[in-house]
Amino acid sequence: MAKGTPKPDELSRIDYTPPQKEWMDTPVKLKPGMYCWGAKAKNLQAVGFPNARDWTPADEDWKLPENWEWTVLEGIYDRLKKYRSFQLFLDICVRCGACADKCHFYIGSGDPKNMPVLRAELLRSVYRRHFTFGGKLLGRIAGARKLTLDVLKEWWYYFFQCTECRRCSVFCPYGIDQAEITMMGRELLNLLGLNIDWIQGPVANCYKKGNHLGLEPHTIMSNIEFMLDDIESITGIRIEPSFNRKGAEILFVTPSGDLFADPGTYTCMGYLMLFHELGLDYTWSTYASEGGNFGFFTTNEMAKRLNAKIYAEAKRLGVKWILGGECGHMWRVVHQYMDTWNGPADFLEEPVSPITGTKFENAKTTKMVHIAEFTADLIRHGKLNLDPSRNDHLKVTFHDSCNTSRGMGIFEEPRYIIKNVCNNFYEMPENTIREKTFCCGSGSGLNAGENMELRMRGGLPRANAVKYVHEKYGVNMLANICAIDRAALSTLMDYWVPGVGVTGVHELVANALVMKGEKKRTTNLRGEPLPGVEEEEEEGKEEKEEQGG
Amino acid sequence: MELKNILSAKRTAVLKKWFDVILESYPPNTAEFLRTQKDPFANPVGHTIFEGMEGIFDELLEGVDSHKASVFLDNIIRVRAIQDFTPSQAVLFVFLLKKVIEEEVGEELRKEGLSEELTLLNSRIDKLALLAFDIYMKCREKLYELRAKELENRTFRLLKKANLVYEIQEQEAESRN
Ligand code: SF4
Ligand code: SF4
Repeated sequence: MAKGTPKPDELSRIDYTPPQKEWMDTPVKLKPGMYCWGAKAKNLQAVGFPNARDWTPADEDWKLPENWEWTVLEGIYDRLKKYRSFQLFLDICVRCGACADKCHFYIGSGDPKNMPVLRAELLRSVYRRHFTFGGKLLGRIAGARKLTLDVLKEWWYYFFQCTECRRCSVFCPYGIDQAEITMMGRELLNLLGLNIDWIQGPVANCYKKGNHLGLEPHTIMSNIEFMLDDIESITGIRIEPSFNRKGAEILFVTPSGDLFADPGTYTCMGYLMLFHELGLDYTWSTYASEGGNFGFFTTNEMAKRLNAKIYAEAKRLGVKWILGGECGHMWRVVHQYMDTWNGPADFLEEPVSPITGTKFENAKTTKMVHIAEFTADLIRHGKLNLDPSRNDHLKVTFHDSCNTSRGMGIFEEPRYIIKNVCNNFYEMPENTIREKTFCCGSGSGLNAGENMELRMRGGLPRANAVKYVHEKYGVNMLANICAIDRAALSTLMDYWVPGVGVTGVHELVANALVMKGEKKRTTNLRGEPLPGVEEEEEEGKEEKEEQGG
Repeated sequence: MELKNILSAKRTAVLKKWFDVILESYPPNTAEFLRTQKDPFANPVGHTIFEGMEGIFDELLEGVDSHKASVFLDNIIRVRAIQDFTPSQAVLFVFLLKKVIEEEVGEELRKEGLSEELTLLNSRIDKLALLAFDIYMKCREKLYELRAKELENRTFRLLKKANLVYEIQEQEAESRN
């Protein structure tokens, strides 16, 4: 019997109330299933990150550099000087607790250190001890503690249990954004080479090859080619997109997950079909072949380095503006950071839809338009021939991705599109959508395999709301506009709400899109028969039989 | 029949006490949150546990249909299987029902000469406990299955392509022969 497992007759007498200890006295215990593998030496080396070595989080020895405490404290000091928000967030929390029960990880796990306020305290306590007079003087009474190896391990465990989703900040009266504190925490950990390989691997790939998966140009092209074959067999139309074409009007950038991972690939087929139907003058790039940016989950500087290729490629190709696919954190980066990091993109023009003439004034500085805005505008102007009945077998709900909702306020466009391409749409409860949306539980680079237990905890509140509309209205499809969602929510549904599929919005669009010159469609993009088709075929067969007989 | 009446009359008290002892397995702040937050979407864990308990309790009165009981057990165990519990801790809540029933109605039942029925009730709870272990195992196995499936989804296109290449090679070989 496993250690600590009680005998049957002990079970009903057992007292398993957890010890009522203060959080500072509860040392961290790394539980398998809750954390990711450590970043590999070669992936840290690839981008020149410090302390590159292979290490295992479960080991006692994390192979830290000498004087690591000093490195971290200096790191805090530098960041306090550099980011006013960091200093502010460390100082102004009044511990009112409004954020405490708003984090999906806390709601799902019940672990107090997943309360946003306590997650911040992990770092704040060290800040007090080493950087404030009161903390130095009063120590623990003032909520201060020294930086020790246990503290460092606790940081690592819990800053990689925060998806930087910012839900807590919506409820904080001071607008304290735990996501930013987590970012700082992760930056500090990076100074010691303490990232996770699920993040560091893609960063290294992206730095070397331009995308997280490390796909080379011919692989990207042949993979899209593969989708084109599928599209041809479904619609009878052969699409011929261009790659790295100079002088195109628009550069299209999307997360590389759309190129390989199902069901994202169907969304990608959706883009291809839509652009073909519009006759859009656009090009793919095999260099700026990644919209996502896992660098964002390491350091500000790394994110900037990886992001730079988008403008560089736009400049090289001489396009007028950039259109971006369905992604979450890519848009947080584009919307909130790209312009200050790598702008001004004054060599580009203010984006104008060539089809409707609409000026995308919101993208005046970044010159990059979200595809949901682009498509919603097309529908609004009646530019698409749509047959929503092709999606009649679906009862759809929409998951707002943390980054597009809280990071840039995209709420209406995807809903507007879905309602125009599907006949059955149902909202999840009000406190689980829009700016209060619950995270998928796998954001900010935590969508690995080895931390599945963590992901299922974090995704519980989201799944719970889906379950509700599934049981109440028969919802069987969860739409979203994020590549990580498409992969992560599929898994989440599999555990919590079997029977609900996951789709990108542009997959729904493409299924409803009646293209010029297409043959009669009998299946959707997944190769499943369209509603009504099977019956028609049955009837056809019966008729023939009757005639024959 | 008698037993059912007595238990039904105590339904609220038994459920409340059962919920309380289940919540003791969480840290105090969390237990308080799980108990008091009534919005099912803000507090899915508390809500799911309570709803499952109600279902199990009513099922117990009727005689435990494995299929129906499994649904309620599953809802609770699915949650506890991914929280910080050992396997025994995760399913302990079923055994705790025995303790709660004993405390709430044990004496009354014995006074009414219903000891035998109480024994029967306890054996039904044992049956639930066995089901609970099976469900727990299934949930844990599911986690491993999800990992494998994700890997497959991520590489599916690559594999398909590899197969395609293979098919073509095969065809070429065939046409050459
Ligand atoms: S940012 Fe999101 S994951 Fe992080 S503490 Fe806040 S609510 Fe939790
Ligand atoms: S809501 Fe804001 S002020 Fe209140 S505890 Fe949370 S972070 Fe601190």
